[in-house]
Order: sequence, then C-alpha cells, then structure tokens
Amino acid sequence: MKPNDDESERSALSRRRFFNSMAAGAGGAALIAGPGEGRDPRLEAPPDRAETIRIPLTVNGRQHSLTVEPRWTLLYALREQLGLTGTKPGCERGECGACTVLIDGQVRYACMTLAVEAAGASITTLEGLMRGEELGPVQQAFAQEDAFQCGYCTPGQAMSAEGLLRKSPNPSVDEIREEMSGNLCRCGAYPHIVKAVQRAASMRKGGVS
Amino acid sequence: MLSQFAYRKAGSVQEAIELSSRPGARILAGGSDLLGCLRDGVFSADRIVSISGLKELKGVAATAGGGMRIGALATLAEIAGHPRLRQAYPALAQAAAAAASPQLRNQGTIGGNLCQRPRCWYFRGDFPCARKGGDTCYAIAGENQLHCIFGGEGCYMVHPSDTAPALLALDAKVRIQGRKGARTIPLASFFVLPSVDPRRENALAPGELLTEILLDPPEPGARGLYRKVRERGAFDFALVGAAIVLAISEGTVKKARVALSGVAPVPWRSEEAEAALAGKKLDQQAIAAAAAAAVKDAEPLSGNGYKIPLVRGMVEDALSALAG
Repeated sequence: MKPNDDESERSALSRRRFFNSMAAGAGGAALIAGPGEGRDPRLEAPPDRAETIRIPLTVNGRQHSLTVEPRWTLLYALREQLGLTGTKPGCERGECGACTVLIDGQVRYACMTLAVEAAGASITTLEGLMRGEELGPVQQAFAQEDAFQCGYCTPGQAMSAEGLLRKSPNPSVDEIREEMSGNLCRCGAYPHIVKAVQRAASMRKGGVS
Repeated sequence: MLSQFAYRKAGSVQEAIELSSRPGARILAGGSDLLGCLRDGVFSADRIVSISGLKELKGVAATAGGGMRIGALATLAEIAGHPRLRQAYPALAQAAAAAASPQLRNQGTIGGNLCQRPRCWYFRGDFPCARKGGDTCYAIAGENQLHCIFGGEGCYMVHPSDTAPALLALDAKVRIQGRKGARTIPLASFFVLPSVDPRRENALAPGELLTEILLDPPEPGARGLYRKVRERGAFDFALVGAAIVLAISEGTVKKARVALSGVAPVPWRSEEAEAALAGKKLDQQAIAAAAAAAVKDAEPLSGNGYKIPLVRGMVEDALSALAG
C-alpha cells in the first residue's frame, strides 16, 4: 500500500529526530570534562543563555539571513534551520564525508565547519545540483552507474564529484580516486562511484548520458 | 551538539592575542582539529577566538631574500598546489598533498597542522593519561601498534603532522607573536618532547600565536621528497613517513636532512641518517647505510616493532628515488 503524504512526512520527521538524538548523545559526551581538564575557577562563565549571531549565507544561489548559535555547525544550520536535508549527518567528526558541501566552490565537511565561520560564504548543497525538478548530471550519473547500495553516502559523494569536476572537468582515474577519498562508502560501491564520476564528466561536457 | 561557548572573531593579531590569553579560550583557524577535540571531550572551550579572517596571516609569497613566507592560515590545499613550492620545496608540497582528505585540505591550515593535538587513542579517549595531566601513558602496557619508537618518555604518542617533518627537513623557522612581542625560532625548537613536558606538544605559551613560517632559499642542487606509508591508500595518518632534502653537487651529498613522521612524539630528525649521507656519493652503499642508521637507536614497544623495518625500507626507497 502506498503511504499517504501525512505518513511519509511523519516518518521523515522521526528520522530527523533520530539523528537529533544521536547528535545530542555526542554533545553529552563532550560535556564530561576529561581527567586533568577539570574546570579552572578563573574560566569565563559559559553564557547561560545562548549567544546568537546573525549571519548572511548564500545557499544554492539564494540569500539568507540566519540567526545562529556559535556552536552550531553548518550541517546543523543547513538541515535544521533551512530544512535542506540532502546534506547528511554521518560521523560528525570529519571522517566519513556524508556531509560534504561546496563552500565557495571548494569541497568541505559541513560537520566540521561552524555555521558562524561560513558567514558571507556561498554554499552549494545536494539540492543545488538539481536542474529544476530534474536530477543534475552528477546525480543522474550516480543513478545510471548504480553507484550505491544503501545510498546514505551518495549525497556527499555527489558533492565531492561536483567539486572535483568544477576544478578538473576531465579527471584521470587516479585523480578521481584521490579526490573522492574523503568520502567513505560502507557498501563498497567504489568501482561504480569512479564510473559515475567519469560518466558525469562526459555528461557535463554534453556527451551521451 | 557542542556545548556552549562564546565566539569572538579577531580583527587583528593583537586582538587575537588579547582574546585568547585567558584560560578556557581556544584559537580557531581552520577548526577541523578543534571541533574534533571539542566533540570528543578531549578538552573544553569557554571562548573560541576565530583568527580565520586575519588577512595578514594568509597567503604564500616569495621573500626578498629568495625564500618563502607561508602565512599560518595558508591551507594545505593551497600549499599542495602552489607552483613555486611544488618546484623548489617538493618535500613540503608533497607532505601537504598527502595529509588528510580533499575536504580537510581545503579547510586545514599549515599553522593548525603544526599545532594539532595527538591522535593517540588513549589521549582522544576517556583515559586520564600523562598528556591530560595524569601520571601514566596507557600505551606502554596497552595497544601501542601506532605509537612511537623514538623519544617516548612518559608519553609514547606520535606527532600526527605530515608537514612538520617536511618543514623540519627544510630548516624552516616559525614566527610567534604574543603579548610581549614577536620571536622567530627554528621549527626544530618549536616542538616539545614529553621528557620536557608531556602535557604540551609545542613551545606556544597561552595567548601566543604562530603567525608565519619562513623558508630559506633552496640550496644549490637541492632535491627532496616526502614519503608516507599508511594502512590505506589515502586519507589516513602516517604509520611512518620520511621527508628528505638533499643538496648534491658534483655527485656528492653536501647536506642531508632526514626527518621522520610516525616514529616519535615530535617530528623526528635522524641525524644518524644525515651523517651517513654527508660527503658521500648517493650510491647503494650510502643509501643502505643511511637507512640502517635511521633506525639504529629505535626502542619499540610491544606492538610496534614492525615500524623498524618499515622505516628502514621506506628511507632506502626514498633515497633511491632521489638518486635516480
């Protein structure tokens, strides 16, 4: 049976809540002061109410003015403030690449970048690769080459591919392997990912798709 | 979610120094190591002082004397791709290219790469180890296959930087600014061995800032490279690595610098290997002697003895490549 819209909306929300609770767990661990790192009474009292900062941010060509807490990552701001859930939370430690976005055209981990540090920057997310309602060339290439199994890493893989092709439209296999190395795929779809990047390169040049 | 902290964006080096002088303040340059440490509770921060907007700390440029000046905020990607560095200081450009992943090389700065905290799993984990003010190094009796074979005394971590040994092999200097003014010191005296103080990796005092790296003009006949051995083909810290810079004229090694990564709590200069090369022709005999000398005084732990033949083979291979 096809789920109705309400149900799919609810399941999307619960998926978000699940990741929120994961993030809260990670934050909880950070609250435990390491041994030998006990609080120094001279330390600045942490603000009891969150300090907020207003930042300009251009995302997929659209200008936003966001009010952010300094501790929010760009990943958090994109997903929770702007609702752009194409950018995925994975390790949240700069190790897996699921959160890859372009900042001023360069591939970066959104989980390792404070939103406030991205002030004034131009961000491209997976949503920005769309051509209207159609998939963009990189996305199409991943689908056509079957370059995933579970698909969770795919948004980040697609962003790394986009970043690579913008600076090097005709990459060698070695270059693809190096430039895609910051994105892990636990399903091991790497050979197909290399093919997808090659196909995307050819599609971007107007080749046969 | 990270815990709360105050955020200040410094408008000048002086302001960064003032803002970061108080306890609990941490400098953010690229931020990749800082955020990782905060996320894992390695340390906490009440105030983050961002220096990422300081133009005077950016850029890579030739100096009037024919050397290079690298701002502390130059990214690893910038250094890896810089034409002059690739041509005249290949050990450094190759080391920057071999570090981390494309995403992190776009974010990580050379200053942060030199100042990053250790990756030791006891230090990063929930262990009150000597580097966190405790009284023991858990690697001695624990899992130590990635730990050091030189210079461990009280702490057996390895320094995680790839660029540090390259800069050491290039006799780089670093400029440090603090409340009392600026000083320029050889990079060799920037790093602190655990026998001196196991709780810090470098000579920076609170409120001091590493602002730039200075390279002398390359020696006549200079050639160099960085070799890195990892468990996987990309995106990993070095099991071991070697930055080698040689000045060769009329077939003879006039000056040799061999600096190793992955073997000690600081980037490790092998003066033994250098002495085995100085004044020699770079032939098979000299190469084998230098590779043997590089590991002569190694003191492995229970699980990292493999690093001795690995370093030896890597140095031999790297020197052979430079001889070819």
